[in-house]
Amino acid sequence: MAEVLVLAEHSGGSVRKVTTELLTAARRLGSPSVVWAGPGSDEAKAKLAEFGADKVYVADSADFADYVVAPKAELLAQLVAAASPVAVLIAGSAEGKEIAGRLAVKTGSGVLTDAVDVAAGDDGAALVSQANFGGSVTVHSTVKGGLPVITVRPNAVAPSAAGGAAELVPVSFAASGAAKAARVVSREAAVKSARPDLQEAQIVVSGGRGTGSAEGFAVIERLADALGAAVGASRAVTDAGWYPHAFQVGQTGKTVSPQLYAAVGISGAIQHRAGMQTSKTIIAVNKDAEAPIFEIADFGVVGDLFTVVPQLIEEIAKRKG
Amino acid sequence: MNIVVLVKQVPDTESERRLTPGSGTLDRAAVDGVINELDEFAIEEGLRIAEAHGGEVTILSVGPARAAESIRKALSMGADAAVHVLDDGLAGSDALVTSAVLALALQSVGFDLVIAGSESTDARTGVIPAMLAERLGVPQLTLASKVDIDGPAVTVRRMSDDGYDVITASLPAVISVLEKINEPRYPSFKGIMAAKKKPVRILTLADLGLSAEAAGLAGSATQVTDFAARPPRAAGVIVKDEGDGGVKAAAFLAERKFL
Repeated sequence: MAEVLVLAEHSGGSVRKVTTELLTAARRLGSPSVVWAGPGSDEAKAKLAEFGADKVYVADSADFADYVVAPKAELLAQLVAAASPVAVLIAGSAEGKEIAGRLAVKTGSGVLTDAVDVAAGDDGAALVSQANFGGSVTVHSTVKGGLPVITVRPNAVAPSAAGGAAELVPVSFAASGAAKAARVVSREAAVKSARPDLQEAQIVVSGGRGTGSAEGFAVIERLADALGAAVGASRAVTDAGWYPHAFQVGQTGKTVSPQLYAAVGISGAIQHRAGMQTSKTIIAVNKDAEAPIFEIADFGVVGDLFTVVPQLIEEIAKRKG
Repeated sequence: MNIVVLVKQVPDTESERRLTPGSGTLDRAAVDGVINELDEFAIEEGLRIAEAHGGEVTILSVGPARAAESIRKALSMGADAAVHVLDDGLAGSDALVTSAVLALALQSVGFDLVIAGSESTDARTGVIPAMLAERLGVPQLTLASKVDIDGPAVTVRRMSDDGYDVITASLPAVISVLEKINEPRYPSFKGIMAAKKKPVRILTLADLGLSAEAAGLAGSATQVTDFAARPPRAAGVIVKDEGDGGVKAAAFLAERKFL
């Protein structure tokens, strides 16, 4: 069976969940071969096997830490030439899209970004579903000539296990001078949070203008922690500086697709809905009964978030015992 | 310094965006066009760099005739000149084709620094700046929340998955900027008047040496097979808080197995 290349997202040997989602999608198109850039593949082998990786191409080069984007695109292009895959799947993170773009140019391929689903079409080629215009339109696309390069939105494909051999195949790789033109001087990790990653979380609790202040926003963090959720924020909140921009959900922020999205004190302007409309279940708390967020909520409470949310947190604690 | 800022006219997010039956491309005629919001940050950053280090800011836009409105707005903010790649053969171009067109136009215009918004609010692919760096063979300094120029060196603070990376390279380079990197200025009355006299050069596909088959829908490597409006979400249960709103919300979460 033809190979499908899957670029692994990992940190310190730990496989990010989106990689298991990519493997699940890749199995629909062919035999998944993971591309592992950097160290940690030995630790990751078992997990990659569990989700059906047949091969793991390992390029353990320091270039991936010292330079961003371009070396990974070069590695993928090298493997595309060697393995002639039928598709390349990459996580739909900001960097993943950039890698996909560069790879598409190198290989003259069509690039399809932010897939919410990937299937084999009638001819066996990749058929990609995208949720465009803030999730209001579902589009099916294909690549009509050449290799499909596809980025997949995190949390959109449900990962399922399937045995694979995950045979480690060492690859010799050295980034070209051009790929080393932009050098990493330093890396600054965000304050490590015990909370799940915003785009990978099963539950996201977001706060909006209704929280009133940075102090008021703390109630959002408390609800998130009660639910084991990630914290998100509307643009009004990040504009006002009550919470960092990295947590902004919406058209010019992150797009999330969790099982449960709780919108608290968020009116639900189209810019916000664009970033969360594909969430499976949506609940909302807002004091304005006319707020558009209630039009898309599965459950809503019209009331003061500062009385409703503390009561909800207390009730969650009771139910969780 | 020769700074080129990429500007895209996009449909206003507030208007109803539709796809054209048949091609599955965006119906750009049916909606109000505005300047892509993230591009306003790119224009502002270009103007600030030119003000601090000297140089000219040229706006480059690929789009239909009405994209001239957005080009004029960018000029009224203070850019010096503009280049509009305008050709009916461009309609329906995907990212692969658009990046090829932009790269050819940039080579024709000449540049030390290319500045783009990190993505557009319509297609939201976020791939164009990286594709341009690849095509032009210059360093990619993208997703910047801060840009510093020091002689020939450009250093940016790049958003990463778990924080920020500081990345440096030498000019010429392609950078893309994030929201909130700066506060875009409003065009002044004087700026609006001055913009009317600023030069806008039109380039066609032929000027760029591209054939009609290499552009537009025909030249694109991707195609939309079908599309449909997503069914509206079923109406949910909305309750008014009467002292038990939190309890009811918890009951809903329990019923849906979230607790």
